[in-house]
Amino acid sequence: MSDRSSIFDMIGPIMIGPSSSHTAGVVRIGRVARRILGQIPQKVTITFYNSFARTFEGHGSDRAIMAGLLDFKTDDDRIREALEIAKQKGIEYVFRSVSNASHLHPNTIKVEATGENRKVEVLGISRGGGLISITGIDGFKCNFTAQQHTLVIDAHDVKGSIAFVTNIVANDGCNIATMTVDRSARNQNAKWVIEMDSGIESITLQYLQHLKWVIHVEYIPNIDL
Amino acid sequence: MGIKFNSFKEWENHCQANKGAVWQPVLQYEIDEKERTEEEIWHKLDQAFAVMKDAVHTGLEHDMKSISGMIDNGAKKVMASKVHLISPEFTRLLAYTLAAKEVNSCMGRVVAAPTAGASGIMPGILTTLQELHQIPNRTIYESMLVAAGIALIIERRASIAGAVGGCQAETGTAAAMGAGAIVYAMGGTLDQIFDSVAITIMNMLGLICDPIAGLVEVPCVKRNGSGAVIAFSSAQMALSGDKSIIPVDEVIDAMGEVGMSMEEKYKETALGGLAATPTAREIEKRVLVHQVEEIEEEEAPL
Repeated sequence: MSDRSSIFDMIGPIMIGPSSSHTAGVVRIGRVARRILGQIPQKVTITFYNSFARTFEGHGSDRAIMAGLLDFKTDDDRIREALEIAKQKGIEYVFRSVSNASHLHPNTIKVEATGENRKVEVLGISRGGGLISITGIDGFKCNFTAQQHTLVIDAHDVKGSIAFVTNIVANDGCNIATMTVDRSARNQNAKWVIEMDSGIESITLQYLQHLKWVIHVEYIPNIDL
Repeated sequence: MGIKFNSFKEWENHCQANKGAVWQPVLQYEIDEKERTEEEIWHKLDQAFAVMKDAVHTGLEHDMKSISGMIDNGAKKVMASKVHLISPEFTRLLAYTLAAKEVNSCMGRVVAAPTAGASGIMPGILTTLQELHQIPNRTIYESMLVAAGIALIIERRASIAGAVGGCQAETGTAAAMGAGAIVYAMGGTLDQIFDSVAITIMNMLGLICDPIAGLVEVPCVKRNGSGAVIAFSSAQMALSGDKSIIPVDEVIDAMGEVGMSMEEKYKETALGGLAATPTAREIEKRVLVHQVEEIEEEEAPL
């Protein structure tokens, strides 16, 4: 497929207003955080940076991020009521605004979410037109759009592990589009993000999770599915 | 061989050589570029039109008050107006367009056509057109293809984003799409369709993007209303044979040039125009978040 626009970029997408970067993009970042957490959050702290810091309420981005954490899609009518729904589900949430993070993209959001037995921190940017990049997970750097099939792996830093995993993925017939490995952060663990053109088998996921040096595997199919 | 929608001239040459309908190459483009089936494309057009009609109805029937309060059920007021300056149909066109755009401002479901900021124009035009002239759905879908082809060319030669080209890029493009759709649905020729695009853009050239408090509300909603009206007036001129002196490709290039030289403060930054008026600044104080922290750089993530 070419990089040219689709006619459904001209008449579409079908979306919840008011703006794709403040609604659809923000919902997607919330959904990625929900996927990486792998469960419904109990406590959430959401920080809006820079341009988002002052405008997030007026644009309803607070509702949009919560909608994503509730696993709503970008065209879900309930986005408008997401904060009320979160309260009903007993989710505790806090919003923060930081206006001067000059090293971050103008439309950056940090989600710190705690579930029953897991805690994650996801940093995402809304790039316009509803497109996003996830630029950090748990303090590790990454860069993926969540528009493809993404594997997020926490692993101990073991020699040969990269060749091993890419082999397994290839055996599933998956073409790797991008891959980042960051071991710059705490505990000498590594965070891997593998973007693939197609989906992976559930038995392969189970096998990966079973490996001794793998701490956690999260599989994120296209975030809009 | 399909075309890539780089220019209106290319589109015209293709139609003359192939003797096909004006929407045919747009359909072929989507099949070629995005590997979609024809059936899938008609289905998606049907879905988009359904969402547009829903937005019009929602805007007229449900409470449309935005979080900031700046949008407060304006479409209903126009719809209930006892005074019809031109005709009841004209009033209805305005009400339908405002209604769909108010839904967007109030976090409802819309079709971005081409963008969320201009999402009232195509619904207002298509629903009014269908009601007034009993246009069959199939013709509406074909006219949507024509509109999409128009937007593809504008995106290539100028811009469809307010942050890049100002409001002319958003409501201007939407109105041009609408004008072309009207002329097609009313049986106009290819020349007349392209003339309607040229005339519409001429009338919206230079329009800046100056949203109050950065919200997609004021002046966006009312500009959608006026954009739909300009689409109809341009289509009326074109259909009557009143031609554009400047060829449509050159008009779009002028739009691109104007957009490029527009100052940043007029491109969605809320730093100029209406957004910089004393009243807008007062409104900002009310709707913007005030509890803003400043961080030390070492505390910054990543």
